Amino acid sequence: MTEPTLASEQPFAKVAQLENVQVRFGKGSNTFLALDRTNLTVRPGDFVAMVGPSGCGKSTILKLVAGLLRPTEGYVFVAGREVGSEKVGIGMAFQNPTMMPWLTIRENIMLPLKIVKPYADTFSRDKHTVFRDRAEALLTKVGLSGFGDRRPWELSGGMLQRANLCRALIHSPKLLMLDEPFGALDQFTREELWSVLQELWMDTKPTVFLVTHDLREAAFLASRILVMSARPGRVTDDRSVGFARPRTLETTFEPAFAALTNDLRRMIVEARKA
Amino acid sequence: MSLSQQTVEQLKSAAFIVLLFASWEASCVVFSVSPIVLPRPSAIFSTLILQMPALWPHILQTLVTTMVGFAAGMVIGVTLGAVVGMSRTAYNIAYPLLVGFSSIPKVAVVPIFVLWFGSGAVPAILTALTTCIFPIVVNVATGLATTEPEMEDVLKALGANRSQVFWNVSLPRTMPYFFASLKIAVTLAFVGTVLSETVASNRGIGTVMMMAASSFDVPLAFAGLFALALLGILLYAVFALIEQRICGWANRKQEFAMA
Repeated sequence: MTEPTLASEQPFAKVAQLENVQVRFGKGSNTFLALDRTNLTVRPGDFVAMVGPSGCGKSTILKLVAGLLRPTEGYVFVAGREVGSEKVGIGMAFQNPTMMPWLTIRENIMLPLKIVKPYADTFSRDKHTVFRDRAEALLTKVGLSGFGDRRPWELSGGMLQRANLCRALIHSPKLLMLDEPFGALDQFTREELWSVLQELWMDTKPTVFLVTHDLREAAFLASRILVMSARPGRVTDDRSVGFARPRTLETTFEPAFAALTNDLRRMIVEARKA
Repeated sequence: MSLSQQTVEQLKSAAFIVLLFASWEASCVVFSVSPIVLPRPSAIFSTLILQMPALWPHILQTLVTTMVGFAAGMVIGVTLGAVVGMSRTAYNIAYPLLVGFSSIPKVAVVPIFVLWFGSGAVPAILTALTTCIFPIVVNVATGLATTEPEMEDVLKALGANRSQVFWNVSLPRTMPYFFASLKIAVTLAFVGTVLSETVASNRGIGTVMMMAASSFDVPLAFAGLFALALLGILLYAVFALIEQRICGWANRKQEFAMA
């Protein structure tokens, strides 16, 4: 009797799982291994940050979980099923905000509701009422209230990235993929957006994969940090980050925070040499 | 009184056109150019107006032929462009063919069309079609092929299928390319129609011009040219207006200026 219960609960115990995953790019003799024998299990509500030297396969992991890339070998499971077998509706944000210039900011943010079920079924009915309010609420939360009717090119880079976070989160995804979302922003805007993101995350606690080059960003946001080796990428260190939330900029001045970032930096420098 | 920047620009271009015709008129008078060589613009305009009842059916014929050829070219061009733009293989196969096809002078194709379909509207429509199709195919294909992969990735990660990606990203992204090509294609379609009409037809502005030239009615031939130019400008303006309505977002600077 207990067996079926366990099986049905399993998807909730692991949001995403990589099993012996290898990714090889290129064709013929001109191939290279981007990701080597990677095993990884992510639990619901984990905020995972991936750091490592550039070209180490961080974004590859992200694309694997998002179903944008197939592993050459091994298996990727999302919500207990092999990735791609079922639509999960993953939220995604890149360094480039990729707002569609033909839509207003609000229409951009509402785009996932047009695609992801069950919202998509009632999109044409709810887009002027419930969904609009939902977009407006998110915009207010990230400090963009009143900008819904603007076009993307009328907004600054920081504002676009705020809108980008709204779009990634509007359908309350279980999984949120962030590929260096703040990489192109200045230091002050970036730190401001850390807090915005943390607040949004604490609301609904989605599972987050964050790829970043900024070690302070990883330490500030993540509940778990994966350090990866140079290509072919492998996870060389996996640690949890225990600072109490909500974290503030004060947190970043604590000795433990500095120790953590120094530790990460040392590991990445070693990985680059290897 | 201060005029807006836009009005000043429009006045300038209007003044330039008036000046152009005025100097044409003046040089004809000063150098006493024979109207058989180059008629004065005033003579051309008066011919155009006086002969309008007789010219009108021909103008209408050319317009209809052009629009039919252009519409068919648009449908086929968009279809071809979509296939070529969405598949790497189709792109590699079709591109050399398209370039080769577009390099053929269309005047060389007309006799073949006449051979197949006889003289009249059909070869004119086909010539208009073949003349206007290339820019449409190339622009639609370019628009589709250059869509930022990250825009598509955002939708694919959400679980969007191919048609959802197409309707929400590829299609709107391609619209500015498509309309830019329509403005060019519609004027090219005119060229094709008139080309065929001058070779083998008994109706249309092309025919009128051929007959006028052979009877040394040079002002009438020029009146035909003017009618063509006016129609071309008219159609260009219509498509420019539609473009502005549908994809004004691609023209951000102008929109800023108007706001």
